[in-house]
Amino acid sequence: MKREIPLLISMAAGIFVLIGFFVPHPAIRNTYDDIQQWVIIVVAFTYVLGMANLMRINTEQIQRRAKDWPYKLALVLSLVGTMIVGFFFSRGSHYLDDRTGFSWIYLTFYSSMSSTMFSLLAFFIASAAFRAFRVRSVEALLLAIAALILMIGRVPIGNAIHPAIPQIADWLMEIPQNAAKRGILMGAALGVIATGFRVILGIERTYGSEGGG
Amino acid sequence: MHLSHDIGIWIAALLTLGIYSFLYKDNPAYKLCEHLFVGVSAGYYVVLMYFSVVKPNLLDPLFTVYPALRITGFGQGDLVEQIHGTMLPLWVRGNLGTTIGNWLLVGGLLTTLIFFFFSKEHKGALGGAARIGVYFLMVSFGASYGYTVMARISLLIGRVMFLLHDWLGVLHL
Repeated sequence: MKREIPLLISMAAGIFVLIGFFVPHPAIRNTYDDIQQWVIIVVAFTYVLGMANLMRINTEQIQRRAKDWPYKLALVLSLVGTMIVGFFFSRGSHYLDDRTGFSWIYLTFYSSMSSTMFSLLAFFIASAAFRAFRVRSVEALLLAIAALILMIGRVPIGNAIHPAIPQIADWLMEIPQNAAKRGILMGAALGVIATGFRVILGIERTYGSEGGG
Repeated sequence: MHLSHDIGIWIAALLTLGIYSFLYKDNPAYKLCEHLFVGVSAGYYVVLMYFSVVKPNLLDPLFTVYPALRITGFGQGDLVEQIHGTMLPLWVRGNLGTTIGNWLLVGGLLTTLIFFFFSKEHKGALGGAARIGVYFLMVSFGASYGYTVMARISLLIGRVMFLLHDWLGVLHL
């Protein structure tokens, strides 16, 4: 029963959502919308679960005075501090307004650190390019040329070398890149639909706690 | 040089330098910034999810008569939109460039899809089409890579501007 009940729930919800998408009758549509809301709430709670897990693992390490525990302490304090400021000292639902404590934390800590972290990749991505761009085949050549044109086309020197370079860069993004991107998206969408049918029909059971097909 | 008197700018500048110190090697300053980043990010998303999802969708309807947020069009997947976007005219009168572009777009999409079709062995005509699909994929990956590099460099310029302009005040715009 531990396996069958969750399977039945997912089958019933899956079939109902499938019908609800194509049948716009209010009786079905309202319940369909409610189920969509439940999904959003469940997804939101996964963040809470993730936070709780992060707290549990780090507080355990702090208590045991494990290696690097002062950093874990900084992590826990920053997490708790951000939540306290966000929940209690940022004017409730207006927490994202200018001059609230939460927006100050966002601008000072989150925004500056996330953009710095991502910009750090500019250095590593360049060194990785030297290793990745060894042109050994036609495919690697196409990849290297496309990347080179894109990079040169996005800076003023590209236009200075030849005015056509930025136009070629735009064309690359618009036509070949778009074609392949759409192919990938459609392939992935077809895969998701196939997996969805497998879940609804009970063929795919790996999401259950006990796993196995 | 006009050093900033804003405590927020100082904190952000020190955190920025702390993260960039990793370029030399892993060190305590970077580790501290890294852990602060994880902590602040987790806290930020919990608060964000509470106020934008849990409160309006769960708590408010429980305690007040709050009209349910209608989520229409949520089920509209990538598939239909992507097919719709690719239904292009293959002959545009008086515009050879657009005609060639549309042929390449539709042909590139079909050959890319053929490459992802593994139910039949890639041999003969199917293999040739899949090969062309690989070329399109490679150009796409290269273009995406170049685009990502430029985005990261743009962020780097932004951080350097912040340090020189907002923090140290040595750069005047």
